[in-house]
Amino acid sequence: MDSILHAINGVPVLGLVFQFVEYFFSSLPFTAHVAVQLAIPICLAALCGVMCERSGVVNIGLEGIMLTCAFTGWFAGEVFTGMFGPGTPTPVFGITLPLALGLVAAVIAGMLMSLLHAWLSISVRADQIISGAIINILAFGMTGYLNTLLAATSLPSTGNFAALNIPTAVQKFPLLGWLINALFGQGPIGIATILIVVAFQVWLFRSRWGLRTRAVGEHPRAAETVGIDVIRLRYRNVVMSGAIAALGGAYLSMEATNAFQALMTQGRGFIGLAAMIVGRWTPLGAFGAALLFASSEALSQSIAVSPPPGQLGDLLNHVPSQFFDALPYLITIVVLAGLIGRSVAPAADGRPYQRESAS
Amino acid sequence: MSRSERGASLVAGVLRATWALTAVPLFAFVLALIVGAIVIVLSSVLVLKNSFDATLPISAYLALAQGAFGSFNAIVSTLVLTTPLLLAGLGVAIGFRAGLFNIGAQGQFLMGAVGAVAAAVHFQQAPPIVAITAALMGGMIVGAFWGMVPGLLKAISGAHEVVTTIMMNYIALSALAWIVSGPLQQSGSVPPTTPSVGVAALPIVLGRTGHIGIFIAFIAVPLAWFLLFRTTRGFEIRAVGANPDAARYAGIKPRRLIVLTMSIAGLLAGLAGACTVLGISHQMNGTFSTTVGFDSITVALLGRSNPIGVMLAAILFGAMRAGAGPMQINAGVPVELVDVIQALILLFLIANVVFRRLLRLRGVRGSEQTGFETITKSYGREATV
Repeated sequence: MDSILHAINGVPVLGLVFQFVEYFFSSLPFTAHVAVQLAIPICLAALCGVMCERSGVVNIGLEGIMLTCAFTGWFAGEVFTGMFGPGTPTPVFGITLPLALGLVAAVIAGMLMSLLHAWLSISVRADQIISGAIINILAFGMTGYLNTLLAATSLPSTGNFAALNIPTAVQKFPLLGWLINALFGQGPIGIATILIVVAFQVWLFRSRWGLRTRAVGEHPRAAETVGIDVIRLRYRNVVMSGAIAALGGAYLSMEATNAFQALMTQGRGFIGLAAMIVGRWTPLGAFGAALLFASSEALSQSIAVSPPPGQLGDLLNHVPSQFFDALPYLITIVVLAGLIGRSVAPAADGRPYQRESAS
Repeated sequence: MSRSERGASLVAGVLRATWALTAVPLFAFVLALIVGAIVIVLSSVLVLKNSFDATLPISAYLALAQGAFGSFNAIVSTLVLTTPLLLAGLGVAIGFRAGLFNIGAQGQFLMGAVGAVAAAVHFQQAPPIVAITAALMGGMIVGAFWGMVPGLLKAISGAHEVVTTIMMNYIALSALAWIVSGPLQQSGSVPPTTPSVGVAALPIVLGRTGHIGIFIAFIAVPLAWFLLFRTTRGFEIRAVGANPDAARYAGIKPRRLIVLTMSIAGLLAGLAGACTVLGISHQMNGTFSTTVGFDSITVALLGRSNPIGVMLAAILFGAMRAGAGPMQINAGVPVELVDVIQALILLFLIANVVFRRLLRLRGVRGSEQTGFETITKSYGREATV
């Protein structure tokens, strides 16, 4: 058996592909877990985009919303630690009072930022792309400003949410163990994300709210005719989507790491937008696309931690590490360029709505 | 009507027109400064737990103004920092005119700088004039390429330039890190740095730091104006931006213009990068960072995508960037305040409907134009261009 494998591995090009597949499956338990971890913030950003754009509001400000919430959650956590002390973490998820309050603060901040975007794009009827860009610049500026101010002070550490420990027996479960570990060996925000994806998918396509949202995104005038309040529904969706993006931001500074860093979102909001497009404006599709984007980075991490042996390893050694850094962005561009024609946005996406009677 | 009356009415007319054009940006700026002052005071009290100090914003803004205009060298440094903003801002403005939102000035700037260094290193043995020309050309070509890619993607597949240009920015960061630590590394440099541009360094002609790139930037203003308003291509660019359907009906090919416009935008941003590296830093490292990307968007919007307006806005932001350092040192207010003010200016500009109602500018001709009109387009629709 081994000699056959060896022979196949020796074939030029095809052998490399074979080695790669072999490596991929052998590293799957590690890669899949990391991929889900990396996909969570991208997925939350994409879900925020789906919720906005299904009702007809383009939101490129979600990068900034996430960054603001990453900062707010972390900073509020520190402030509450100063007030109430660190508290004892719960055995599961390691939740403490300051962490929970910080998360609430992050969600409120996300909803406020979204409210600004909603006001500009729905009531002022401003250009939604520019409104989003303003939110991004504001977020980069404010978080950078406050972060520089805070650098001079010393803050107590709040820590972060802990991941759920899947027992080794379950992890080793044949065929499904790695999947269970990848999906549920996550912290509270991570697991919540997976639940939100499922709930949102059902909601959007099986509930009255979902039907109305889709109607408003496709043909607001018709929706208004049958008695749906377009303006109110758009406001509600955009503000709710801010709460989802807030979870994405909080995930970065309160679950994946335990501190805020300037510009820590690193374009995840924008990649989320691409994931939304690739996922055809559906929650499940967005999750899948986020996983796709994250898996390239997860694979590069896996290669860095335990490089594949033999010929493939030699080859990968010659690829500069920066190439792997750029890979998610490259994939985003390629997928976007390849899919955009076939992936159709809601018809009224990006168009401000004006009531006929109001003049 | 006597001659003096006619003269007076002409002056009044010019004043009214100037007011109509500048009132909204001016009020947006003043309002942003006021809100910025509130941010300074509140953050000092709430975050740093200092006692309430109402004079802190005044001393901060004074330090900023001092750093920007306080001496001859301060003015020169303002002009030096205006240079990249002006060039990249013109590029973004031309994009706006064609209905393209180019957020990629950042990446085009970085890659332009890389191109300039590469050309400079290659032409070390040549006479300075040749080396400088080659380095500037190198910056323009690489920048234009970096802008052309999103343009091509949009023209061919309809991929929205907002997302693709942002992705190109991140790819530029990785590319820069790789080039500086690989093909263009000065051997033995830790952290990795490129060799100096040597003979290709731009000559200093004003004060201590005023390099010749300043003049290149200001010459670009009439050129851009001429391109937009006095050439067929410029007319086509504006026509596509104003109404792509009508433009296509009139026989203009939007796809080709998208590629052309994005290339010009990239070329200008690349030239900005070239001027910065050849005129100021003379070499690059992996963390060569810049705020030109977002600043140039603000500059283009504040200047209403009009070359002369862009020039004024670029000087304003050059001054703010020049004064930001002294402000942090002398008043303890972080430089990022400039970003906050920038976002606030845009916020008040975009909410100018609300604003005009307050200022009762409704009747004044020209005050409605914000330069925002030609941008809104969404992802899906472009596939049909």
